[in-house]
Amino acid sequence: MIPASFEYIRVDSTEQVIAGLAEYGDEAKILAGGMSLIPLMKLRLATPTVLLDAGRLDDLSYISDKGDYLALGALTRHRDLETSDLLAKECAVLRGVAAEVGDNQVRHRGTIGGSVAHGDPASDLPAVLVALEAEFVVEGPSGSRTLASANFFKGFLETELSETEILTEIRVPKTGATNWSYHKFNRRAQDWAIVGALAFRAQDSSRVALVNMGSVPIRATAVEQALASGASHAEAADQAAVGTEAPEDSNASSAYREHLSRVLVKRALDEALV
Amino acid sequence: MKISISVNGDKQTHDVEPRTLLVQFLREQANLTGTKVGCDTSSCGACTVLVDGESAKSCTMFAAQADGSAVTTIEGLMTDGKFNRVQQSFQDEHGLQCGFCTAGMVMAAVSLLEEIPNPTESDVRIGLEGNLCRCTGYHNIVKAVMAAARVK
Repeated sequence: MIPASFEYIRVDSTEQVIAGLAEYGDEAKILAGGMSLIPLMKLRLATPTVLLDAGRLDDLSYISDKGDYLALGALTRHRDLETSDLLAKECAVLRGVAAEVGDNQVRHRGTIGGSVAHGDPASDLPAVLVALEAEFVVEGPSGSRTLASANFFKGFLETELSETEILTEIRVPKTGATNWSYHKFNRRAQDWAIVGALAFRAQDSSRVALVNMGSVPIRATAVEQALASGASHAEAADQAAVGTEAPEDSNASSAYREHLSRVLVKRALDEALV
Repeated sequence: MKISISVNGDKQTHDVEPRTLLVQFLREQANLTGTKVGCDTSSCGACTVLVDGESAKSCTMFAAQADGSAVTTIEGLMTDGKFNRVQQSFQDEHGLQCGFCTAGMVMAAVSLLEEIPNPTESDVRIGLEGNLCRCTGYHNIVKAVMAAARVK
């Protein structure tokens, strides 16, 4: 399958990306690893007329210890996350979930910033970032702003990023090498999650998140509140589908997804919170 | 646009449309048809090649993204007319049936063994999750990769 024609521009700096976005507006897309965008272009579900290839902005690929938090460059590849010693020590849940994205070939090229900016509710990393209460640094023509992950995802493939902005950095708190569990239900090993359920401890609270249970990545607040008020794992997991709007497609009905969310959350709680 | 990719050590410079996929560049411009197009949707891994030493699905990459990079395809694995250890193990262990997934399987395995030189069977099965064999001949493929790992 061949994508529609486009103009290809390789950019060498964040400034050039911002200038390109200012010039071409919503006709342009930023190409990072391409693991989400290129399939959409091949299916002609996305037909940008300009591609700004940011794949060589090596200065946006880093995992650094900032004292209170960790800073991740937007172009840090999943492969770099899943092999990071710093993440193993300071944010093991993010390292572990990164290792569950796609397959080796995808993780060699896909980036955390690309995954976040794409805003697909079936992606693994946005859910863990929402549950971590991560912050996203975005840059545009009028400077830089820092956005809370809780308000970043707006709908299916829609985020708070404007068409003239680029996501440059993801900031996550240090949660240590604590237990975590991610259950990703799919039919073929490397597929997107039909439903995913994540549980871990951070800052003295239990965090629970759901993948592909609505138009955005979901923090399972009803489950978290139940746990905080002393409910058993089974009782808390029963709340998994509360407030979700599970999609219905050829893989699963909404009702089946709701069932999966309760079963998978129970398993994740049992593994992560001992 | 004009791009140059080092393919199996040969510099290949061609004029391509930006939308040219890496797999098209390899098959149609470089005339190396060992790399297959299977699903064409980034699921099956038949198009797997090494880009700067790491496995990638060449159907889900624009040739322009590999401009200046070194790409290795199945044709580039032999040295002095001899199979690479992974190719040899696939032959010895009968790690193929129809053969359509084989080039991708071998390239994915080469990359996997770079990253995990002494894999467990589970490492191999998980490491090859991005490659589908529709003959379902996975057991011998896994055996072949385990055997290749033992060849030092």
